[in-house]
Amino acid sequence: MQTYYSDLLVIGAGLAGERVAVEAAQEGFDVICLSIVPARRSHSSAAQGGMQAALGNCVKGEGDSVDVHFGDTVRGSDWGCDQEVARLFADAAPIEMRRLAHWGVPWNRVVPGKSFYFKGGEKFDKEEKEEKRGLITARSFGGTAKWRTCYTSDGTGHAVMCTMDNRCAQLGITVLDRKEAISLIHDGDTCTGAVVRCLRTGELEVYLSKSTAICTGGFGRIYKATTNAVICDGGGHIIAHDTGVVPIGNPEAIQFHPTGIVPTDILVTEGCRGDGGTLLDVNEERFMNIYEPEKAELASRDVVSRWMTHHMREGKGVKSAYGEHLWLDIRHLGDKHISTKLREVDEICKNFLNVDPRTQLIPVRPTQHYTMAGVRTNKDGAVYGLKGLFSAGEAACWDMHGFNRLGGNSLAETVVAGGIIGVKIVEFLKGYETQFKTDVIADAVRKQEERMHNLAHKTNGTENVYRVREELQEALMQGCFVFRSDPGLKTCIETLKGTLEKARKVGLVSNGVGANHEMAAALKIVGQVKLGLCIAQAALVRTESRGSHNREDFTERNDRDWLKRTLAYWPEGNDMPELKYEEVTPVYEIPPGDRGYGAGKIIEADKAEIEAKMIKR
Amino acid sequence: MSRKLEFDIFRYNPQEKSSVPHMQTFVLDETENMTLFIALNRLREEQDPGLIFDFCCRAGICGACAMVVNGRPGLACQTKTIDLPTRITLLPLPVFKLIGDLSVDTGVWFRDMYQTTESWVHTHKVFEDSAIEERMENDVAEQIYELERCIECGCCVSACGTARLRDDFIGAAALNRIARFVVDPRDQRTDRDYFEIIGNDEGIFGCMGLLGCEDVCPKNLPLQNQLGFLRRKMGITAIKEIFRK
Ligand SMILES: Cc1cc2nc3c(=O)[nH]c(=O)nc-3n(C[C@H](O)[C@H](O)[C@H](O)COP(=O)(O)OP(=O)(O)OC[C@H]3O[C@@H](n4cnc5c(N)ncnc54)[C@H](O)[C@@H]3O)c2cc1C
Ligand code: SF4
Ligand code: SF4
Ligand code: FES
Repeated sequence: MQTYYSDLLVIGAGLAGERVAVEAAQEGFDVICLSIVPARRSHSSAAQGGMQAALGNCVKGEGDSVDVHFGDTVRGSDWGCDQEVARLFADAAPIEMRRLAHWGVPWNRVVPGKSFYFKGGEKFDKEEKEEKRGLITARSFGGTAKWRTCYTSDGTGHAVMCTMDNRCAQLGITVLDRKEAISLIHDGDTCTGAVVRCLRTGELEVYLSKSTAICTGGFGRIYKATTNAVICDGGGHIIAHDTGVVPIGNPEAIQFHPTGIVPTDILVTEGCRGDGGTLLDVNEERFMNIYEPEKAELASRDVVSRWMTHHMREGKGVKSAYGEHLWLDIRHLGDKHISTKLREVDEICKNFLNVDPRTQLIPVRPTQHYTMAGVRTNKDGAVYGLKGLFSAGEAACWDMHGFNRLGGNSLAETVVAGGIIGVKIVEFLKGYETQFKTDVIADAVRKQEERMHNLAHKTNGTENVYRVREELQEALMQGCFVFRSDPGLKTCIETLKGTLEKARKVGLVSNGVGANHEMAAALKIVGQVKLGLCIAQAALVRTESRGSHNREDFTERNDRDWLKRTLAYWPEGNDMPELKYEEVTPVYEIPPGDRGYGAGKIIEADKAEIEAKMIKR
Repeated sequence: MSRKLEFDIFRYNPQEKSSVPHMQTFVLDETENMTLFIALNRLREEQDPGLIFDFCCRAGICGACAMVVNGRPGLACQTKTIDLPTRITLLPLPVFKLIGDLSVDTGVWFRDMYQTTESWVHTHKVFEDSAIEERMENDVAEQIYELERCIECGCCVSACGTARLRDDFIGAAALNRIARFVVDPRDQRTDRDYFEIIGNDEGIFGCMGLLGCEDVCPKNLPLQNQLGFLRRKMGITAIKEIFRK
């Protein structure tokens, strides 16, 4: 068995993972980064929109500041975030964008002079100032008070990912692709690395390290409909959760986007609706104007997703080989608008659907988009429960997003958190010594060998991993999607309990040799079903609606009882998660209040309690 | 509307002792808006879970799924079956090392390329936390981005005659990478520095200019222009070198 050693093992080479790696390598520590795919294929490179930082260079960003960004983030989270963390984030974001510019990101820049822009289909003028020429510019995004989203054309994630990966190459960081971590090595107190399956050969390898960081992105793929890449399947969450001592923070906090295309759930931009596109049902009739007379299609992501789901439940969905959907209509925007302002949508329609959006309707449905849920860490990125283990990026519940992540805030989070947590890991590593216990390592490897052997030899049963996964995905779509309710969640939990039984009895159809995909899927299926059960159970217990968590039977946001973060543990041998709770934030700069959109009733928290935790800046 | 599709797929698993390279035929009913991403996943999940192929973003933006579809390198995820005849032949990309069936090792090839081309901004300037960013004209930023759009799918390399003949040829993707840094004012390298890297037969002078690369690039990168641009630049540098000696 090959064994590798490093000061820091980073599991995941997306933006968060590589940013952490860079910080440690710059301080002279020896770093290894692992990824399922070549680093630049990580899902970070799919983000097109941009990343938020209060630079305030462009004219529509004037008057922006880290305080305004902080406020938007807290409100956006529906007061579910840790305000200390949101503050760290907002303060560091502008520095981090400039650092990226220094490393090579070709940010779009301020061009002085007159130009125009669209808002709600209407045309407005603006004039950029000469004195700001060439500074990093920004565009507008939902939920932000100012234009704050830094971007490079329509490929922000791609450009930043290239630069970060180049930086890794420059520093000589070992970045290895086709390596999948399948379990952590730990003794219940301290983490000392991971057991990894090589996706070239199918062989197991051991990576020992003084510190380990989980930066594996989101787990959208446990849902049937998701905008996420096929590798966003929860591998990192599963290996942490499997230790029994690490909690998943707020598993019920999952974000949905109204317009994924059918069949492949590729995202089409919110800009379609922003510019005047409409949603139609099976009879090609508009419906958003009935449910939300004022905002109609322009209501927030969660609200539109909710009504679309409701409308399909009323039997107004369009049936297809891939399930039900609705239509997005941008025909009336005309050729000029579509081929310039919505070029990317035009290309998606052409490349994946054979649809011409000038004359045809686009099939869409609400789709899982982002996991606010994650491996729970403190504000230093240290994971609860295991010494030497850290987490950053979408994989983590650090928790600056609370129950709703604002557009542009997660790509920014990857590099900002990666930087902050990288520094904390360096502090941790200085003077730190650990012991690699041979019995712990041997035991960890033996367990994985046994699992692989059992799967290949069908020792535990012959359930088909793809069928089991489908059952999980369907159950979550039914019970834990946009709408949640007591009976729906209970049914979902009952189903998933059965699914868990089946998951434990999976046996491979193929022989599992080499770069075998069925083996990879089978190794994480039990963990995936457990994640599903955490979502459902936490959603059942949380009797309120907050951000993306919508209870039909508890429509108010209940600050009196639920200003809390869920911590879902899964002790070994259990059949259900154990839920614990902690306070949502140790301090308040902004007391809980109205979010400013998606208005619902709020049951207020005890004023004196909030007052006692208020701090001034 | 449903057609029956016949897939002829290359099979070989180097990790399996008994495996020999061969073609295998699968049959599948076509569904509406079917892409090769959907088709291959259905084949794996319903007919042969041992089938090896790569997808990641399934949206044409990550470059994972390049393969040879009916004789032409391209991205499988953005290939619609409706645009193909009922008989579809799928082969792995040539030039790269085979991992199994349709999957090849582009990762290692491209990481080597970063080291050869020193694919990062070379500068002596030090970043300062409190300083405002250095200014750049927006056109320049957009010009750099246009060259950085490469998704490292490897199509250009596998369509290149030179790359097939000699495995030390660095390929269009690498030459394009160099061009990206040449236009970036932040990079302080001189033409002579670049000449050290690509001023030889493994580099720009190995290119025969037949442009198989540009034809297959799914991102429509202007590879032809970049190759021409570098050839002129390096030609001039070469002449200067001769006179210096
Ligand atoms: C379509 C789309 C558009 C988006 N647009 C925006 C936007 O405009 N702005 C914005 O702010 N956010 C956007 N987001 C969200 C944002 O892109 C992600 O949240 C962010 O990129 C996550 O980065 P990450 O580094 O945490 O993880 P990722 O980039 O997902 O990287 C995860 C890494 O972990 C590796 N990995 C996973 N499991 C394992 C394992 N078991 N072993 C080893 N390695 C493993 C993967 O190979 C990969 O390298 C978008 C998301 C989607 C889906
Ligand atoms: S033009 Fe040059 S790089 Fe492109 S395919 Fe031909 S030989 Fe290869
Ligand atoms: S240049 Fe084009 S074909 Fe070549 S690797 Fe990049 S994207 Fe692919
Ligand atoms: S899977 Fe990403 S380009 Fe095809």
